Amino acid sequence: MHISGAEAVIRCLLEEGVDLVYGYPGGAIMPIYDELFKFQDQLNHVLTRHEQGATHMAQGYARTSGRVGVAMATSGPGATNLVTGIADAQIDSTPMVCITGQVAAHLLGSDAFQETDIIGISTPVTKWNYQVTHAEEIPEIMAKAFYIARSGRPGPVLIDITKNAQFDFFDFSYETCTGIRSYVPKPTLTKETLIAAAELINAAKKPMIVWGQGVLLGNAEEEFKALVEKTGIPAAWTILGLSGLPTAHPLNVGMVGMHGNYGPNLLTNECDLLLAIGMRFDDRVTGSLDTYAKQAKVIHFEIDPAEVNKNVTADIAVLGDCKESLAQLLPLVIANSHPEWLAVFEGHQKTEYQKVIHQDLNPTKTGLTMGEAVEAINRHTGGDAVIVTDVGQHQMVTCRYAKFVKSKSNVTSGGLGTMGFALPAAIGAKMGAPEREVVAVIGDGGYQMTIQELGTIFQGQIPVKIVVLNNDFLGMVRQWQQLFFDKRYASTEMINPDFVSIAKAYHIDAQSVSKREDLDGAVQAMIASEKPYFLEVCVEKEDNVFPMIPSGASVSDIRLE
Amino acid sequence: MEEKQLYTISIYSENNIGLLNRISAIFLKRHINIESFSTSPSEIKNVFRFVIVVQMTQTKIKKIVGQIEKQVDVIKAFYHTDEETIFQESALYKVKSSALFEERHIQNVIKESHANIVTVSPEFFVIEKTGFRHETEKLYNDLAPYGLLQFVRSGRISVTKSKMGISEILNTFKKNK
Repeated sequence: MHISGAEAVIRCLLEEGVDLVYGYPGGAIMPIYDELFKFQDQLNHVLTRHEQGATHMAQGYARTSGRVGVAMATSGPGATNLVTGIADAQIDSTPMVCITGQVAAHLLGSDAFQETDIIGISTPVTKWNYQVTHAEEIPEIMAKAFYIARSGRPGPVLIDITKNAQFDFFDFSYETCTGIRSYVPKPTLTKETLIAAAELINAAKKPMIVWGQGVLLGNAEEEFKALVEKTGIPAAWTILGLSGLPTAHPLNVGMVGMHGNYGPNLLTNECDLLLAIGMRFDDRVTGSLDTYAKQAKVIHFEIDPAEVNKNVTADIAVLGDCKESLAQLLPLVIANSHPEWLAVFEGHQKTEYQKVIHQDLNPTKTGLTMGEAVEAINRHTGGDAVIVTDVGQHQMVTCRYAKFVKSKSNVTSGGLGTMGFALPAAIGAKMGAPEREVVAVIGDGGYQMTIQELGTIFQGQIPVKIVVLNNDFLGMVRQWQQLFFDKRYASTEMINPDFVSIAKAYHIDAQSVSKREDLDGAVQAMIASEKPYFLEVCVEKEDNVFPMIPSGASVSDIRLE
Repeated sequence: MEEKQLYTISIYSENNIGLLNRISAIFLKRHINIESFSTSPSEIKNVFRFVIVVQMTQTKIKKIVGQIEKQVDVIKAFYHTDEETIFQESALYKVKSSALFEERHIQNVIKESHANIVTVSPEFFVIEKTGFRHETEKLYNDLAPYGLLQFVRSGRISVTKSKMGISEILNTFKKNK
């Protein structure tokens, strides 16, 4: 088949099973868009309102579908606008392929119009990147891009294609990539480490599991649940591990980390064995490393060898894909239960309920709380929805109180903490799981960072439900200013526009509530709608999120107020 | 406090544009200064070798090498102490030719240092010295009083005493393909 490089790009995408691309056209990628036009019956292109939106949509899509998200942009500013999403995907291990147009090869380095060194710029935040300057390179590079993005610990790949390589013709044939000699996607699992791990597990009196996104990325939810249930070990989650085990599971003891639950944080420093499964000991999880789980033996189940002993030293590192390692571990562990130890978790949970949760969910003060809004969403979705969050107070509250019955239902920006993530990510999440209800819960700050994607929702009639928890503040920063900067609220108060009018201008049904008696009905109407829907919930301006581990403090220093 | 020492990092990699940037970015991100850096073909066809010298603790070097090895185009990365490697640096010294005749002592300096004279012209001559850092430095100090027109020293090149096993890795990959 003698075809152009641009057509080859489309055929490669089809070969990789891609039927959906997010992007924004421009000069240097026009030949590819011209081919997209010809192939539109096989490949759906969603026109975003900003290239950053395209990356977050691709991320949301990847997170709910488990497939590789694809984003496209032109050279120069189009390419640089992708960078935040790429960095987010890198730190949160999201499989994504970004394709950027580039000036013609003979113009490289001439400061041509819309030329930017996107390879140089994206290098530190991609798993791999490559600049194609000859059309003949396209099939092999595209195959590698998808293989690298989805295999092992997933991540973003950027392919930059010069305009001449898009125009030039060559003889096309496609072969999927099955291996690269310099790249080991997953380390070989060894029986000895599993046996050693099982010995520690079987001997432990006060064991505790902390699981992360590795369980979800590895599609290991069943194996994980089986291990938890057989060993009877209380299991806590990192923010990206959320929904890997149903919220209501009796051994699910809540979230670890800065705004995590009281019990699992305190007991991290009391357990005798810490099983870390598919998580990377982020500083927001561990607090001060000097005082983190020093009394415990640590077993680290991890696919990326560079993560082992990076932050926390492991007594045993079980390297490999956790779907395999957990399955092979299961017959080696004895059936067990730890009722007394579990009761300690329950005791702390009761304390937290009395001091924090009860007031959050059943407030008596006039103003609405973020917690009761999330609880209303729970009531009307039955915990069956995909919940997408942005970054800040609303994110912590939502992740603390949202209920989940299915895995891959929590989409949030964890590692990078990207404000503006949620609205576009919700679009992608909905398209990755069209049969599911998708509710984006967003703060008034982050919402306005990518608010223009309402245009994408309107044009594509993508039925996402948008809840803005509006406190007219950049709430998390304000909370820190209150606690650590003597209430000097430097540039955190926001004078906000009429969000309902903005949504309505995009022909999206919208309403706003600020009274308790209106909340439930409004949420019910939103969930009942089959169209995109916007709901503003005006909440208390100066509420704080607790519990909280102050930055740099020990998990033992977790504060309830 | 764990002590810092010199480590030589050896990287076997594909010869891809951009990998140099990717590797240096790992150091940049962690605010680590590189003492010396050299690249060349390796003993295996189409496999490139980087030799990087850095000063840091063992805990840190392990993590850095892990990050380097994680890169898709890196076949394998190692770190070694000075005792575990054979290493050399080369230096070139450009001196005025008149110094050779006006300052008799300079001839003894050259002789004692076992340096080679690479080229001599009416205006200048160039000396080459390969060896350890302290040897090239000593010659620098000895020649400096006579006026060095130019001085340059290469990055460290090194081979390890232990086996690297790169061909085995590549052969295993070929077999499994």
